Amino acid sequence: MSSIAIIDYGMGNLHSVASAFEHVCGSSIQVTSDPSVIESADRVVLPGVGAMRDCMAEIKRLGVDEIVSKVSKDRPFLGICVGMQALMQSSEENSGVDCLGLFDGQVKFFGDDLRENGQRLKVPHMGWNQVEQRDHPLWHGIDNQSRFYFVHSYYVPTSIDQNLVAGTTRYGVDLSAAIMRNNVFATQFHPEKSQHAGLQLLKNFSEWNGQL
Amino acid sequence: MGLAKRIIPCLDVENGRVVKGVQFVDIRDAGDPVQVAKKYDEQGADEITFLDITASHEGRDTTIHTVEKIAANVFIPLTVGGGIRKVEDIRNMLNAGADKVSINTAAVFNPEFVREAAEKFGSQCIVVAIDAKKVSAEGEEPRWEIFTHGGRKPTGLDAVEWSKKMAEYGAGEILLTSMDQDGVKSGYDLGVTRAIADAVPIPVIASGGVGNLQHLADGVTEGGADAVLAASIFHFGEYTVQEAKKHMSDQGIEMRL
Repeated sequence: MSSIAIIDYGMGNLHSVASAFEHVCGSSIQVTSDPSVIESADRVVLPGVGAMRDCMAEIKRLGVDEIVSKVSKDRPFLGICVGMQALMQSSEENSGVDCLGLFDGQVKFFGDDLRENGQRLKVPHMGWNQVEQRDHPLWHGIDNQSRFYFVHSYYVPTSIDQNLVAGTTRYGVDLSAAIMRNNVFATQFHPEKSQHAGLQLLKNFSEWNGQL
Repeated sequence: MGLAKRIIPCLDVENGRVVKGVQFVDIRDAGDPVQVAKKYDEQGADEITFLDITASHEGRDTTIHTVEKIAANVFIPLTVGGGIRKVEDIRNMLNAGADKVSINTAAVFNPEFVREAAEKFGSQCIVVAIDAKKVSAEGEEPRWEIFTHGGRKPTGLDAVEWSKKMAEYGAGEILLTSMDQDGVKSGYDLGVTRAIADAVPIPVIASGGVGNLQHLADGVTEGGADAVLAASIFHFGEYTVQEAKKHMSDQGIEMRL
């Protein structure tokens, strides 16, 4: 039986991610911070909610940074929300935080005066927004422009290397809804909270061989 | 194109059972919150709010168990409110599978609790619930005050100023219940909804007094709400969430259909 390790570094609602996977696939699901368990898993998920400074502090304290840089090289790897942002070089949050640096680019703040067509937009960006997909196996069976559930105040711009952008969303600015490189895929939205579309993406991940 | 407005059905739960008599024709055991939540999920609810009105301490364990079961079956965001007074209460609910908690009275008596909660768990999971009632007389500049204890106790706090303060303290969202209308089914108090939606940078959920689908649409178009919450119009099977979304979408409101 294939296995999925969900990295537990004390940030956020990991049970949602675990139960969503349990709902869609027959893999053995383990929520763990144990490096040996993570390293022996076929697929690895880095979730996360909350403030970036706290997330990175826990990631470093538990040695998750080392294990992530290792397993993200050689097997299907999925980052979710702050788990996606943590893959970038740095974040503007908490007056600047160094992140894992797997992807070039900085995580930006939406700002206090975000507008679309003159209308002020609320921050956090909270709710169901559409994602314009780019070609990737994890979108299989999901209509382009399907809605996913977002909740965040910081975002990865679309101005990063275009080969890394897997999906885009509009909210006052163009933001990367998903990023990709080789065997790594990461989403700003929460697939585990995005009903059918989200569950399909998790199912696709559970079957993905990491090839494009 | 863009972010959709949300419809949030609310379950009032006591000792693990939905109260206020839920009646779905095709659910035999209408009082089971897990079944009710699944039904709303199937109908296309954008989130679910679970309001725990259990008074006893023992009952709280039942609540945690119920939240666990809902979270294992429903893959949309789940907010739990009622009796959230300590950091430990928040942690218990998040660990059980809630995505957000709603803080009501505890915020009024101890606003620092909101700050502490937001710092510890992140603003994204902290909803501050406000019960507001109009206190200005006819012809006066409109003014709304925060009430506690189901609308019986005035606090002297101005609802708009209080909402701004809660946003500054780190609330990620405001759940605004307009008390005048609650249960009367004459629609949201659009005046206070608009005043608060314009005053705060965070999303506002309108609640209280929904009697028909137009009330939901008005909450967004006239009240400026980002999400609309309703209980009884869905519970009694008068309308489905789908019908509500269609009605709102027909008026040009961006919805997830």
